[in-house]
Amino acid sequence: MDRFFLSHHPIEVDALRATLGSAHAGAFASFEGWVRDHNEGRPVAGLRYEAHARLAQAEGAKILEEALRTFPIVDARCVHRLGDLGIGDLAVWVGVSAAHRDAAFGACRWIIDTVKARVPIWKHESYMEGDAGWLHPVRDDRA
Amino acid sequence: MTRLNLLYFAALRDAAGVAMESVDSDAPTLRALYEEAQVRHRLPFPSRQLRVAVDDAFADWNDAPREGSEVAFIPPVSGG
Repeated sequence: MDRFFLSHHPIEVDALRATLGSAHAGAFASFEGWVRDHNEGRPVAGLRYEAHARLAQAEGAKILEEALRTFPIVDARCVHRLGDLGIGDLAVWVGVSAAHRDAAFGACRWIIDTVKARVPIWKHESYMEGDAGWLHPVRDDRA
Repeated sequence: MTRLNLLYFAALRDAAGVAMESVDSDAPTLRALYEEAQVRHRLPFPSRQLRVAVDDAFADWNDAPREGSEVAFIPPVSGG
């Protein structure tokens, strides 16, 4: 079953939430990443996401499988946008259903953190001042 | 010589000027293969800040390049 998706179209939140409904679940937690109007003090005009699509799909699927093995959850989904997004657009959605809220919150947090750390997706940001560039934050723990 | 397709993304693609290039290389490891490309294109990252993938799976920098494979150099990611 595919639990991780890349999409060039607006994320259908209601449909995703509905797929996670279960009589076994007493809890549902979700995270939404929205496009913000500023980054590091600079006004942002918009952004674009691109990916190594096949690798991102494979790595995203692995992460969701790991979440299901690690947390006592019923099910989970993650969808990440590709392409051009404007301020306020939904860039990424994570949803988790579980018997209890502890695991739902925990898995939701872990999934978005891990997707951000591992999946080969890159953000190209355009600034109100007219310039634009790729974000490539270097993490100290990987040096 | 081993024939390979190299894939560049984001800032690496901007520096290389291409998304993909076919090369013949004697590089004994993926790291050495990247270092050849780094010199050729003046790529803006050292290999230790990157990951490498071969044919849709992450690989180890010490792996030997395989004939006909697709090698992707993965710069620091910024999804989410």
